[in-house]
Amino acid sequence: MISPRYAREIPQRYRLEAGRCTVCNAIYFPPRLICPNCKSKSFEEIKLNEEGTLLTFTIIRVGSEKFSKEVPYAVGIIELKDGVRLTAQLADCAVDKVEIGAKVKLVFRKIQEEGKWGLHCYGYKAILI
Amino acid sequence: MIGIVGYGSYLPRYRIKVDQIAKQWGADPESIKRGLQLYEKTVPGLDEDTITISVEAAKYALKRARIDPQKIGAVYIGSESHPYAVKPSGTVLIDALGIGPHVHVASYEFACKAGTEAMFVAYSLVKASEMDYALGIGADTSQGAPGDALEYSASAGGSAFIMGKENVAAEILFTNSYTSDTPDFWRREGEFYPRHAGRFTGEPAYFKHILNAGKNLLEKSGMSPKDFKFAVFHMPNGKFPQEAGKKLGFTKEQLEAGWIVPWMGNTYSGSSPTGLSAILDLAKPNDKIFMVSFGSGAGSDGFIFQVTDEIEKVRSLAPKVKDMLDNNKIYLDYGEYAKFRRKIILNE
Ligand SMILES: [Zn+2]
Repeated sequence: MISPRYAREIPQRYRLEAGRCTVCNAIYFPPRLICPNCKSKSFEEIKLNEEGTLLTFTIIRVGSEKFSKEVPYAVGIIELKDGVRLTAQLADCAVDKVEIGAKVKLVFRKIQEEGKWGLHCYGYKAILI
Repeated sequence: MIGIVGYGSYLPRYRIKVDQIAKQWGADPESIKRGLQLYEKTVPGLDEDTITISVEAAKYALKRARIDPQKIGAVYIGSESHPYAVKPSGTVLIDALGIGPHVHVASYEFACKAGTEAMFVAYSLVKASEMDYALGIGADTSQGAPGDALEYSASAGGSAFIMGKENVAAEILFTNSYTSDTPDFWRREGEFYPRHAGRFTGEPAYFKHILNAGKNLLEKSGMSPKDFKFAVFHMPNGKFPQEAGKKLGFTKEQLEAGWIVPWMGNTYSGSSPTGLSAILDLAKPNDKIFMVSFGSGAGSDGFIFQVTDEIEKVRSLAPKVKDMLDNNKIYLDYGEYAKFRRKIILNE
């Protein structure tokens, strides 16, 4: 059962909520309680920019059980326009079309489902633009 | 003035051509293309459903509306393919878009007309001054049984409309609905594919409801077809809306902009709403738009819109329907399509 953790992570997974340190402006995703940069405990809530660049990626050809029907697919590290880096699966593209430096956009997709009876778990993936 | 302050549509990138489906079942693709006036249809990715389509469409509607999502007082999603039998689609959407939690949310169902239902109620709540803004969405990832005529048309996509009083881009002048108990198309609880009554879906269902709703709407408004720049009707295939338009007195030219079904397929609850969206993408201030949806069971919702100067400001703030239809297409063969639409039986 992944439901409790899934529910806890909704602000980040659904709407890219991050914390910006009000002292040194560093952005943390997911948000933190103490800024590792300046030790401040004061943050403001921001929504990350949805567009960015693909820094690197790998192609999954043998997926874990839940993702085994989706292979081959790419998972990449993306640097968003506000400088934050995150990991996301790439959707709607053939793996031979994926290139480092590609412009990407985060979209709202179903990430996984708990079998036939469980929850649909949503979050962000990236598409090439 | 009350009407649409922001609109947005979303269509998946995947497509299958009618030829692929016809080949699979030994049918003649040319006669299907000619008969139904359909060439290809959208197919949802394995990770797309009514909820994800609604979120993307509503995100674009918010971009055009340029309002604080917190000001939206109601969210209604109309669909016949809600991902859950029990659990509303709208709860995911509000959390994804930063709407609420002080918001009224409901899922609507009425075959292909659930989207215009959502639009009608959203509009009515703003008109009643219950709230400043309300969001109505029609979206679907519908399925036809393998080999059934519906398989050529059932596609995926959706459109979202934010109704409000300020900075209205398309004013709603009149509405009218027509409903009767008609057994043309249904799906029992627990069944995967819908059933339909063959030719009975035409005259006594689609045409009767669209024509009656349309005629009443014209009467109510005191307008005639020549007062309109555009008209859009529910598009189960390419042929039906053309015939309905002709019977009501509209020309091919008036239907052209919203007649996107040959390359999109039937997006069910998202059908006429996405046609409306395609019209708004190119309409000029003061243009009038005539719209009638249809949902089996059966009923039709009619609207008359008048475009305002505001349209020029909002149009380019989000992707246009034509661009989504024409670009970034990924074609599937029937095998891939069957996998995407979960038509293949897998071991659990
Ligand atoms: Zn800091």
